[in-house]
Amino acid sequence: MTIQATVVKILAEKALLKPGDVKLDFSISDLGLDSLGIVEIIFALEEQFNIEIDINFNNVNSSDFDISTVQEIIKSIEKILENKNG
Amino acid sequence: MPRVVITGRGTINSLGHSVKETNLAMVLGESGISNLQIIDSSKLNINIAAQVKGYNPLDFFLKNELNFLDPFSQFALISAKEALSESELIFTDELTENTGVIIGTAGGGLNTQEDNYRLVFQENKNKVHPFIVPKMMHNAAASNVAKAYGFKGVTYSISSACASSNHAISNAFQLIRSGGAKVMIAGGSDSMLTFGGIKAWEGMRIMSKTGCRPFCLTRDGLVQGEGSAVFVLEEFNFAVKRGANILAEIIGCSMTSDGHDLMSPSVVGVKRAIVKSLDDAHIPSDLVNYINAHGTGTKINDQIEASAISSVFSNSIKAPLVSSTKSMHGHAMGASGAIELLSCIYALNHNVVVPTINVIKEDPELKINLINNEPREANVDVAMSNAFAFGGLNSVVILKSI
Repeated sequence: MTIQATVVKILAEKALLKPGDVKLDFSISDLGLDSLGIVEIIFALEEQFNIEIDINFNNVNSSDFDISTVQEIIKSIEKILENKNG
Repeated sequence: MPRVVITGRGTINSLGHSVKETNLAMVLGESGISNLQIIDSSKLNINIAAQVKGYNPLDFFLKNELNFLDPFSQFALISAKEALSESELIFTDELTENTGVIIGTAGGGLNTQEDNYRLVFQENKNKVHPFIVPKMMHNAAASNVAKAYGFKGVTYSISSACASSNHAISNAFQLIRSGGAKVMIAGGSDSMLTFGGIKAWEGMRIMSKTGCRPFCLTRDGLVQGEGSAVFVLEEFNFAVKRGANILAEIIGCSMTSDGHDLMSPSVVGVKRAIVKSLDDAHIPSDLVNYINAHGTGTKINDQIEASAISSVFSNSIKAPLVSSTKSMHGHAMGASGAIELLSCIYALNHNVVVPTINVIKEDPELKINLINNEPREANVDVAMSNAFAFGGLNSVVILKSI
């Protein structure tokens, strides 16, 4: 499964949507998720990809990990994996 | 209805091993937050905490006593001893029957649990010390204080996460007010700076790696602390008759639930808790001069708390001064409210409000009267202490000078 498909699957599961209904330009709130939902998603992504995501929910904007849209989440994951493997 | 007064206080926390040391540190705006020193701390993402410093249990307890005493019980016993000494109470057999102990704790014997899980799960030991159960139980601190002094009245622990000690003090207050006890030893104690404890907190991603800056624009989370504060509460007439030195009167309290969300606080919930405490004290909001805020330093708590405070006190002629001492002693979890009550008593007795330290730039969204970085002289006749907990549980205590 591609990184994109895996991320979409995790987001869809948490949002109780079908993966096909998750659009790349969706924001977290478009997915119907609140701040607690994001905490769980970050944890699920870390577990899935075996990575560390540095994000503090008091200051989301200062993190390199962009959670503004589904597309940005995928990009952020790709970047971490590149750094990890590269 | 019997009135209730405080006649003794004791503490051990990251700012000091006594009330005197703690008060001095708070006035000077010192920080108890430093590099975390525990087993396996290199495997943690969070490396700062407000730990009790220079502490050797053997300075306070015999080696065989420690078999029964998790650090949270040790801290409570040390605090209770100081509080009872200040109260100068002399206990007759009859009085011990009418004296109880309520100690709030969020984590109870977390150190003991973790140490012994480590033994059986990691080090493959197949048995643990025979007294782990009485050492780790949540009521261990309260029971050990009762045992040490032979108190035989209402004694138990209260666990409401970060509101535990305010709940404990409120319960003790109500008990004396209703005639159920003459003297109560009440407060909170927690020692949750364990590897597993911090791992669990890390997961929520609301902890700061840089420091605790409540109400500051750049605040980025809470810093965990540890410690205890314990008070002697007694019925007013009894205290007067024995010539006690009264430190403050407890005039009201509230205990409420948001009935809404386990983690996110709500303006309505916080407001309800504050208003109910004022109703219980039968005072208008105008009379409150100082609020020791819950002020954790997270984005959301400080925003919601400030919003609730400004709403409740919007009609007051003079808005109360507000500070959060968590900037100095960290978030001592179930002990927080009790440690913070020390600053309220200090304000009532010295007319000095201790500050929130580390404030770089005030958050312009917060419309409250913040005392930042420097203590302020102010006439304080009524002081309020807020505590709000995960689980949506709130408790507010109001003190008055006497």
